[in-house]
Amino acid sequence: MFNIITKSLRTGVLTEANPFGTRASFGFPVIDFSRCTACDDCVRSCPTGALRSATPDPDSKTLSESYAACIQCGECVTGCPEQAVDVSDDVEVAAYSREQLAQTAAFDIDPATGRNTFSGVQVQHGPSLSESAARLRERIHGRLGRSLHVRQVDAGSCNGCELEISATTNPLYDLERFGIHLVASPRHADVLLVTGPVTRNMEIALRRTYDAAPEPRIVVAVGACGCSGGIFGEGTYAAIGGVDRVLPVDVYIPGCPPRPQAILNGLLVAMGLREARVGRELRTR
Amino acid sequence: MTPVVATVSAALGVEESAVREQRPGELVLETEAAAQPALAERATLGLGGRLMSLFASDERDQTGSFLLHYIWSLPALSTFLHISAPINPATPSYPSIAATYPAANWFEREVMDFFGLAPEGHPNPARVALHDDWPDGAWALLKDFPDERVVPRALGDFHPFRPVTGEGVFQIPVGPVHAGIIEPGHFRFGVAGEPVLYLQLRLFYVHKGIEKRFERLPWRHGLFLAESISGDTAVGHALAYAHAIERLADVAVPSRARVLRVLLLELERVYNHTADIGALATDVAFTVPASRAQALREGLVRKQDELFGTRLLRGTIALGGVKRDLPPPRADALRAYLHAFEKEFDDLITLLIDAGTFTDRVDGTGILTNQAARDLGIVGMAARASGVDADFRRDHPHDAYAGLRFEVPVEDGGDVRARLMIRAREVEQSLLILHQVLDALPATSDTPLAARVPDLPARASALGWVEAWRGPCTHWVATDERGEITRVKVTDPSFLNWPGLVHAVPGNIVPDFPVINKSFNLSYSGNDR
Repeated sequence: MFNIITKSLRTGVLTEANPFGTRASFGFPVIDFSRCTACDDCVRSCPTGALRSATPDPDSKTLSESYAACIQCGECVTGCPEQAVDVSDDVEVAAYSREQLAQTAAFDIDPATGRNTFSGVQVQHGPSLSESAARLRERIHGRLGRSLHVRQVDAGSCNGCELEISATTNPLYDLERFGIHLVASPRHADVLLVTGPVTRNMEIALRRTYDAAPEPRIVVAVGACGCSGGIFGEGTYAAIGGVDRVLPVDVYIPGCPPRPQAILNGLLVAMGLREARVGRELRTR
Repeated sequence: MTPVVATVSAALGVEESAVREQRPGELVLETEAAAQPALAERATLGLGGRLMSLFASDERDQTGSFLLHYIWSLPALSTFLHISAPINPATPSYPSIAATYPAANWFEREVMDFFGLAPEGHPNPARVALHDDWPDGAWALLKDFPDERVVPRALGDFHPFRPVTGEGVFQIPVGPVHAGIIEPGHFRFGVAGEPVLYLQLRLFYVHKGIEKRFERLPWRHGLFLAESISGDTAVGHALAYAHAIERLADVAVPSRARVLRVLLLELERVYNHTADIGALATDVAFTVPASRAQALREGLVRKQDELFGTRLLRGTIALGGVKRDLPPPRADALRAYLHAFEKEFDDLITLLIDAGTFTDRVDGTGILTNQAARDLGIVGMAARASGVDADFRRDHPHDAYAGLRFEVPVEDGGDVRARLMIRAREVEQSLLILHQVLDALPATSDTPLAARVPDLPARASALGWVEAWRGPCTHWVATDERGEITRVKVTDPSFLNWPGLVHAVPGNIVPDFPVINKSFNLSYSGNDR
């Protein structure tokens, strides 16, 4: 007993005053479209289809990148012959829809040379981040206050996201100080924190967990798989895919796995205390 | 003819010419399915063999038959023995070896579930991987079963759990969604009051179709899939896959990369063992050491982030080598960090084993006897805690392990305490290994960190293996006529060890289940794939 007390006193408080604002040495890719020739090398190098290209008509081409599916493997960065792909160091990335995590650039094809010229970034469909934030706040208005009870559901994860969700409870991050508690039953939960890809064998359990939770039951999808199916894909015999294929999702936290700060940030977004940012800024070199 | 081939063929009672050394440490023997029971007996009794994997592959487009594969570890000879046997699709069955070698139990049922090949004489030929709403006759790993085929749910009964009868005897269903932040699985306890009479498992809730997915992805992208087989074993599985690819392509990994791979694998071992020790304290509500362990583990993953840009060591292994270097200033920083870590870790262990309230809960709890561990073919850390002295790092050295000095700790207790002490002693050995590796790392790297891997040969196969923190991970990779992947068999140690948990729990009380489960800390995702 004496040992325990001295150990505790000697260790002191480990909790970080502000866990936010840390920088990742490797985050999501940022494409400098002005240097991009739409050669598709990055599309071929991407293992999850986070980068896709299309040729809607003979004169134009599009290149899309989606953080929802990105596992931050860096293959596109090393695979780009024009060095047009860099990475963001922003950790606290979240959004309210899959579309908000995506970006599509359009290119004109010169019929004579076959060369592609960047013509602009397409306007995203659907509500903007601030519109979605306002909608979510309206939905939870007055019901959650500054306390949040979270039920975590692993609906097919590799356990990587669970390791980082568990890390948010360690003494350094200490998520309870934000009023966030991980609870044992969906009946106590305001939020379902769901990792994926939702498997065929977890679909029913996930739906039942959702049905057991009281309104407003915010759903937060965590990780590349929870946001999009990730490396496991969508619509296979065993994996249905992203959580939004099964349940309405309010907040997306991409990453493989997202860091503890990103998960904390996403939960604060779900509480309406923070507005989601996608973080497409380049890191400062 | 090498002496190993002569020894093995003599012990198995087959022609010397039938056994071929396909690659160093990998013998192959093609034979009849009917010969398997006899060969299994000779491999175990005559050669000390341990069954590491058993699976099928669909070769109907090439040879008109299925192939059944048995992977035996022969530690005394430092080689694997890969026995394969064709099965005629017209008579889709083969003689089971599960009644004599329980390690084959789940494997044979999994072959039934995914290929429709029936193990004749299996004592319990029920489904293991497929859930009840999966219809009969849809075999997902057949070549003519498309990856994106969505099979409608069949109406059926719930899994027929063994009933309990008698006054005061009842069942407790737990899961698949658990109370804590852990992976999904269903446990069914038969209890008489507090004591558990038996435990039944229902797993494969997180079956993601990984083996089928490998067949669709380009093999260079398979590395990222391997990293996601079990999130806590990213290095272990990525390395096992890389080994198989490198053996297929006949690529020599640069020496610096081989040394760095050891470093990464040992860091993975240390961070997981530290987290597990903390979790054991959590599960008996001993919060001070639990918090200490969590902080220690967080410090280590942050150091990993600082050194390699990744907290959980994803993205560090390359096919042909490694992706991240450790230049001298960073190596020195790691060395200094590990010295501080060692002291904190020793304090943590002292705090735990000096507390009677803690040892009361773990001593004699959840015993897996040596006999049961041997009979069930338990592997890795859990086996070593039950007195089974086996470790691929010593028995089948990979990467740079052959040149390193280390011991393989073995405990005899087989209880939660033994599985705790195995972790503590393995961390001690890992730190020794890490210091040797850091001292041996040349100051400058004049060679590239990864060898270029050319196209894979057509219609070839190779085995990759690694002793990861939980135990042995094996990947068998086969290519088709275009040199693309046609089959990957992933074996996570959890698949071999879950039956060990079933044997360790009965006789204990329900409140001790969490700590027993955590002492094994088996992967659901690695098991279910």
